[in-house]
This record gives sequence, structure tokens and C-alpha cells, in this order.
Amino acid sequence: MKEKRRLSNTIIYLVLTVLAVVFFIPIALVLMNSLKNKLYISTSPFALPDGESFRGLKNYTEGLSKIHFFDSIGYSLFITVVSVILIIVFCSMIAWFIVRVKNKITTAIYYMFIASMVVPFQMVMYTMTKVANTLHLDNFIGINVLYLGFGSSMAVFMFTGFIKTIPLELEEAGLIDGCNPITMFGRVVFPVLKPISITIAILNAMWIWNDFLLPYLIIGTKYRTIPVAIQYLRSGYGSIDYGHLMATIVVALIPIVIFYFMCQKYIIEGIVAGAVKG
Amino acid sequence: MQKTYKKYFPIFVIPTLVAFIISFVVPFFMGLYLSFCNFKTISSAKWTGLSNYIYVFSDTKGFISALWFTVKIALVGVVSTNVIAFALALLLTKGLKGTNVYRTIFFMPNLIGGIILGYIWQLLLNGILIKVAGVDLTYSATYGYWGIIILYNWQKIGYLMIIYIAGIQSISGDILEAARIDGANYLQTLKNIIIPLVMTSVTTCTFLALTDCFKMYDQNLALTGGAPADQTTMLAMDIYNTYYNRTGFAGVGQAKAVVFTVLVLVIALIQLRATQSKEAE
Repeated sequence: MKEKRRLSNTIIYLVLTVLAVVFFIPIALVLMNSLKNKLYISTSPFALPDGESFRGLKNYTEGLSKIHFFDSIGYSLFITVVSVILIIVFCSMIAWFIVRVKNKITTAIYYMFIASMVVPFQMVMYTMTKVANTLHLDNFIGINVLYLGFGSSMAVFMFTGFIKTIPLELEEAGLIDGCNPITMFGRVVFPVLKPISITIAILNAMWIWNDFLLPYLIIGTKYRTIPVAIQYLRSGYGSIDYGHLMATIVVALIPIVIFYFMCQKYIIEGIVAGAVKG
Repeated sequence: MQKTYKKYFPIFVIPTLVAFIISFVVPFFMGLYLSFCNFKTISSAKWTGLSNYIYVFSDTKGFISALWFTVKIALVGVVSTNVIAFALALLLTKGLKGTNVYRTIFFMPNLIGGIILGYIWQLLLNGILIKVAGVDLTYSATYGYWGIIILYNWQKIGYLMIIYIAGIQSISGDILEAARIDGANYLQTLKNIIIPLVMTSVTTCTFLALTDCFKMYDQNLALTGGAPADQTTMLAMDIYNTYYNRTGFAGVGQAKAVVFTVLVLVIALIQLRATQSKEAE
């Protein structure tokens, strides 16, 4: 019996390891090819770099400077951080207000947010671009307002669910101590929201960091975020230089890997919470 | 307390509400209106009634073929991601040592954006195809079809696996223990206890995968770009192309977007029904 068990465990490990390798191959392949000359990438991507095809870090130095990739990392980082802060601060405020002040207006606002969660981006893609241009939101600062708008429905939905579980006594004590509702929210309510805020921040950061179409349509010609820059490398020049493409992809993956290993626990908790509630 | 709070409406509500109105409410109703118009710029819109919608459904090479291609992707993609993710979740919840490492690896691709995923797989699949068949992904729609399926599995399996793991771990140990004492073997336990108790996760994951397939754009754009001849164009990309790559078809594009919205809405309503009936049991 014990022997049989050990055998089945070995098989499980074997299956898992083979799958893990299969999962890892694509990334390893990109890494390997980022060191090769472009001519050897499309014809023999599986060959290890040798004396003839090895290019050292030239793909990195050339590719990154050609499309100003470090600017792109800067834009992506700036937009992601600012948008996530806006979403956490303002959506927690409106969600708290919707829960605490129940009348026709707040209920209507709440259902408007819920209804919008279903609507795909393509429905508003064209008209939203026109509105954003008219209001001069087509720069890397204004785009944060759009992300607040698009991120609000899910954030408000998740915040309201959480706020309903906070006892009123806590807030009353704060008000008696002489706080007005704004300082009370900042000192009493907002700290209590920390776990759900982390979840919402992570879900939104993943979405905004990887988002392609919105930044492409709104600010794509002037300020290229990482996904837009990679697509531009492909379509902006006559023929594609696979060496540059691979090097850019590797650099684009680094922040994601760092983020993943730093916040793995929160990311996985956030995914479960987001999937079950959303 | 409501009264004290009430006058703070502008501070708490206005910022998010304004952003929401700018980015969603106004564009949504403008879009709805424009789907009944012929226009090049918004100010030159002329009401044309249902003609855009009639075009959408009569142009078999555009929307209908993209819809059919998307449905074919969704059918295989939803089943394969869910089956593999569930199987992995079962293996990873057996209490073996070191399973966290595997979980970490399987989940990783989910954090990578669609554009990057597309180019990673283009490199790999083209490399194989050139070696085996001497052609690349753009040669036939069948290659593109399976390319998108493989990419989608790579991206989504880890995500669904996490949800299944949470579902399986929430099953009480007492029930499994009781089954073991009653002499149930593994397959019986799986069929009669584990699967019925994770049905909520199955519903969640099925619809997550389904909605995702329908909205897929980045991966499609980067991997095949619709080649050959728009035969691997999915719905979201067909709408984009109608808008921006065909002059004079913006109205048709907007009508397609409305039909697309209705489709996604129908899926969401079915999901709501399914979830509620599960909860009632």
C-alpha cells in the first residue's frame, strides 16, 4: 500500500514537473533569442546562440533606445500608480457614501455602476476617444481620469460589499470625538478598508499595466506605454526586427516578475476574491 | 447621522461620478445614438435608422464570420482551460510537499499582458511550423485558430486553477474523512463529493473563461492580426477594424459594438441565473 502510494506520488511530481517545464519554455525561448542576431531568430529559434548568431546585449542597447523604451516604462509606471491611487481613494469614498446615505440618488448611482460592469470596451471605444479629445484628457495625466471612470464600477462594487460589514458604532465614536465626516472617513473608515483596498489595488494595477487599447487610442501617438511600444515596434517600422522585439519583451517582463514575487500572496488572494465577487 | 453626512455629497461622490460620466455614461449613450447614424465625424452624423444593423447581419464575411470564429474559439477554449485547471487543482491540493512552487509557475503567465503573450507565442509557434511545415502562422486559419487556443490555455489555466484550488480547499475535511471510512475510492470521492461541492467554482470559472474569450483582442492582434485575410479575426478585432480601417463604416462599427454588448449581456444574465439557482439548492 505504502509502496503504491509512493509510486503514485512520483507520477504526480513527474506530471507536474513536465507541465511546469512546458509552461516555462516560451519565456526561456524569448530570453535565449534576445541574445541572437535577428536573422537567426525567425529561421531557427530553437538553436542555442553560437559564435555566429550570438549578439551579446546589442539587441537590448539598440532596441531599447530605438523606441525610447525607458520612457515607456516611466509612462506605464506613472499611469498605473496614479490611476490606482485615484481609484482607491475616490471609489472608497463614493462607496462609503452610497452605503451610509441611502436615498434614490445614491441607489441609482450604485445600479449605474453595476450595470456598466457588463458593457465591453468596444461599445464606448470610439465615442470615449472623442470625448477625451474634446476635454483635453489625451495626455498621460488626463488618462488617469479615464482609468478612474473605467475602474470605478468594479471598485465601487467591491468596496460597498465590504463597507456593509463595518459596524456603525465605530464611526459614531469618531464623530463624537469631534471629527467631521471627512476626517472621520480618513482616520476611522479608510484604515479599516485596508484588506479590500489591497485586493482592488492589485486587480487594477494588473489591468492598467497591461492595458493596450485605451492608451493606444488616447495617447498612443505621443506617449507610448509598454504594450503600445511593443506593438509599435512591430507595426511602426517597415520590417520587424525580432532581436529588438525579444529584448524589449524581456525588459517588459522584469517588472512583472518582481511585482509577482513581492506580492504573490496578495495577488492570489485578490484573484480569488475578485473572481468570486465579480 | 444620514443628515450630517448628506451635505458632504459633493466631496464624496462628485470626483468618481464625474470621471464615470466622462468615460462611460456620455460615450455609452452617444454610441447608442450613433449606431443608428451614418457619420465620419460626430458632428456630421445623419440618422439612417436600422440600416447599419441590417448591414451588420447581411455582411457574412465581416461580423458573422468573426462571431462564428469567436464561438469556435470559446467552445474549445472554455472546456480545455477548465478541465486542465481543475485537474491541476486536484493534484495541487493533495497535500504533497513543494506544490507552492508549481502553483507559482502555473499562475505566472496570467500576469503578462496580451500583446506580449501574442509575440511570445508567435515566436514559438512560427519556429515549430517553419521547421515542420515550412510555413508560418499566417499560412492558414487552422494554424491561427489552434495558436489562439494554445495561447489562451497558457494564459488562463493558472488563473482558473487558483479559483478551483480555493473551492477544493473549502471542502470540509470531515466529509472527505467520512467518505474514506465508508471505503470510497478516489474516483468515487471525486465524483460524489468533490465535484458536486465545487460546482459554484465551476460556474464562476466557466463564465469567466467564456466572457474573456468573447472580449479577447490584444492576444488576437499580436498573434495572428487576423491573417490570413481576416479569417482569424475575432469579434473585438472586427469591430476595431470596421471603425478605424474602413472609411465611412464608423456607423456600422458602432452598430456591431451594440450587438456585441447585447451578446455579452446575455451571457452575463445566463450566468446570474445559473449562480442564483445554484445558491438556492
